[in-house]
Amino acid sequence: MKRGALRPLLGKTLAALSGTMISGAVWAGYQLNLREPQSALARDVYNMHTLVNLVCLAIFVVVFGAMFFSIWKHRKSAGHQAEHFHENTTVEVIWTVIPFLILIGMAYPATRTVLAMKDTSNPDMTIKVTGYQWKWEYDYLKDGVKFMSTLATPRAQIENRADKGAEYLLEVDNPLVVPVGKKVRVLLTAGDVIHSWWIPELAVKQDAIPGFIRDAWFKSETTGTFRGQCVELCGKDHAFMPIVVKVVSQAEYDAWLASRKQGAASPSSAPLSRAVLNGRPGAAVAAFGGQLSDADIAAAVAFQRNSRDNKVGDMAQPERVASLKPGAEAAARAAR
Amino acid sequence: MAHDATHAHDAIPAHDGHGQPGGIMRWLTTTNHKDIGSLYLWFAGTMFLVAGSFALVIRAELFQPGLQVVHPDFFNQMTTLHGLIMVFGVIMPAWAGFANWQIPLMIGAPDMAFPRMNNWGFWLLPVAGFLLLLGLFMPGGAAAGGWTMYPPLFVQGGISYDLTIFAIHILGASSIMGSINIITTVLNMRAPGMTLMKMPLFVWTWLITAYLLIATVPVLAGAVTMLLTDRHFDTHFFNPAGGGDPVMFQHIFWFFGHPEVYILILPAFGVVSQIIPTFARKPLFGYASMVYATASIAILSFIVWAHHMFTVGMPAAAQLFFMYSTMLIAVPTGVKVFNWVATMWKGSMTFETPMLFAIAFVCLFTIGGFSGLVCAMTPVDIQIHDTYYVVAHFHYVLVSGALFAIIAGVYYWLPKWTGHMYDEKLGKLHFWLSVISMNVTFFPMHFLGLAGMPRRYADYALQFAEFNMIASIGAFIFGFSQLIFLAVIIKAIRGGRKASDQVWEGAQGLEWTVPSPAPYHTFETAPVVK
Repeated sequence: MKRGALRPLLGKTLAALSGTMISGAVWAGYQLNLREPQSALARDVYNMHTLVNLVCLAIFVVVFGAMFFSIWKHRKSAGHQAEHFHENTTVEVIWTVIPFLILIGMAYPATRTVLAMKDTSNPDMTIKVTGYQWKWEYDYLKDGVKFMSTLATPRAQIENRADKGAEYLLEVDNPLVVPVGKKVRVLLTAGDVIHSWWIPELAVKQDAIPGFIRDAWFKSETTGTFRGQCVELCGKDHAFMPIVVKVVSQAEYDAWLASRKQGAASPSSAPLSRAVLNGRPGAAVAAFGGQLSDADIAAAVAFQRNSRDNKVGDMAQPERVASLKPGAEAAARAAR
Repeated sequence: MAHDATHAHDAIPAHDGHGQPGGIMRWLTTTNHKDIGSLYLWFAGTMFLVAGSFALVIRAELFQPGLQVVHPDFFNQMTTLHGLIMVFGVIMPAWAGFANWQIPLMIGAPDMAFPRMNNWGFWLLPVAGFLLLLGLFMPGGAAAGGWTMYPPLFVQGGISYDLTIFAIHILGASSIMGSINIITTVLNMRAPGMTLMKMPLFVWTWLITAYLLIATVPVLAGAVTMLLTDRHFDTHFFNPAGGGDPVMFQHIFWFFGHPEVYILILPAFGVVSQIIPTFARKPLFGYASMVYATASIAILSFIVWAHHMFTVGMPAAAQLFFMYSTMLIAVPTGVKVFNWVATMWKGSMTFETPMLFAIAFVCLFTIGGFSGLVCAMTPVDIQIHDTYYVVAHFHYVLVSGALFAIIAGVYYWLPKWTGHMYDEKLGKLHFWLSVISMNVTFFPMHFLGLAGMPRRYADYALQFAEFNMIASIGAFIFGFSQLIFLAVIIKAIRGGRKASDQVWEGAQGLEWTVPSPAPYHTFETAPVVK
């Protein structure tokens, strides 16, 4: 393929132009069109984009063919005398009506796809997605599995102190895992500012808006790992909160879910104790570490974990709280 | 020339016994439409270099993947200031400058209707520009929430966010004063015989633009005022914790924002509709249909705003409504493009610099129109929303659209303003460098967006490296090419071949009946238009 042959050449030329020593990995190969669609909706979008481009190209060739022909033929330097015709109702009606008809032809398939995209009814499963500055939280509502997903690219690569990996800025610690061929409904919201959740290959993009829940859906036809990024400006690390979806077979998904559930069965009291001790930056959670005794904090944490619908059944001990204080943790790490 | 004989002293500012101050006070106190026009244009030119240098910081950071030049937060400050200043500090003041210089000359009026308000309207601008840039030196740096100022992000920032809000208020006041002045001038001060349907198209497009401004700028002022009270006075317009809705800001902002797009481009349509007939030596093909098309675009602009928000999760009916209304805009826009081509058809064309920029405008603006049609299709837009495809789209309509028309207009009327022909060789060099580097900069952004690169990113994945580097190279060539433009203008002010009154062989209209340079006062006795 011609494009394939051009790729390394362009990369080399640019590397030479930039005058820097860039490792081969930086030239990962560019792409001219939308990504290869992996769902029926994404394929509709892909085909619609192709159709609109062809229509535009045809109009461009006709209109600007005429303009450049005129520029070439009707030059003063070529001795062309200006004619003085103007206003012609027939012509003007024609060039108003024809574009209108073309638009109707384009609106028809677009309408069908819009209606399909908005139809989130009868999903096979539902996942709640919450955007935070600057990470995503995935909550498998029926299965009680909930985790954070943050950028896995090391800081050293971003600051050019290490070679960039193949999935630079497109890798996370905990990807979203979903089964293939299932209609997955995502419920989106955000904890601070507006974010936007996007998987290009599956043609799903929906803003995550604090205080509101919006929904969208996707159904991948193939297994694989698909990577997207946050697409609504959300502050300084907007570029550093990617989205990775692993689409796996049903059996693999079941196994993954089971292992996740086991890991989540008896959560430690440490995260809650830490939150009470240190507060949570950016949220209305104050740091009580300097105000309450270790015993009071342990009591509050134990109460939280065992009252109302929470039934963990364990006790938080003052000694454990003391060991979680920032100084104590650092000391423990140093001792190790 | 009758004007020369009766008002020879007009070429100098002091006149008629109420002697005007000289030096800086002349410019601070001037009520003359030509002086104020020049002030607007110099302000726009200065801010163009400032906001352009911000764009070069952005492109320098994006030259390679990884963070090299600036931190992500400063990067966001640059994108925010670049957008705000280019829209409010460059394109809008430049058009106001054209309006001040040209509208009285084109309709045969002695000056603008409200000369003192005209002065005030201009002198608010440097204050607003100062407030915007002052943010850079405040704790936390300038506003970094994007030129669209979406809450809750915009509510998080520091004092420079308030400075930005005040700057918007002041800019809005200036725009409204300018608009009232233009509407009053056009409706009341036309020369005898100049009916509305005989007005030059540039005047028509500005008249419609002025109505758009009056209708929408107060809406923007309301939106940013609510931001301000949310930030400081415990209101919850956009805060869900108090019953507010962040998306409501987007609706209000874009109810202003979409007409704003046409505020930036309609005067460009007007300038191009003046230039093409001049250099084709043939009347505009369909004058009346051009007027109606401009009005249709203006009216449609009020019912398409939510196409900027297809991903916020509107119901299907709303998505469909805004898709259909947006697609409709292609019809009057198409009428305009067909008209320009039909005007060139069987003309007797020459290609001086204004004509070159006008032709580039028709061709490249249409590419921006086509990508606009792609964006109008809701399902496709959902894919490319907030990606570089959108960045490519709006730079095609604003750089090769609005900016190229401004440049074309400056070359076209510069001999009338300065009395000297500009350097045609340098002008052509400026044109070719600009048109090539503009395409090198922005065309690859279509590919970046389709491939999935989000906008407002300080750092990007490796598959976007090639096109980003190409775009950065183009941007630096484009940026530095504009210094040629500055040189051409200064050269023409200082001297050069004397321009005739007519200047261009095929030029039509009242402004070409007065001497070059246009005297300080023109049309004290109204001309009669047959």
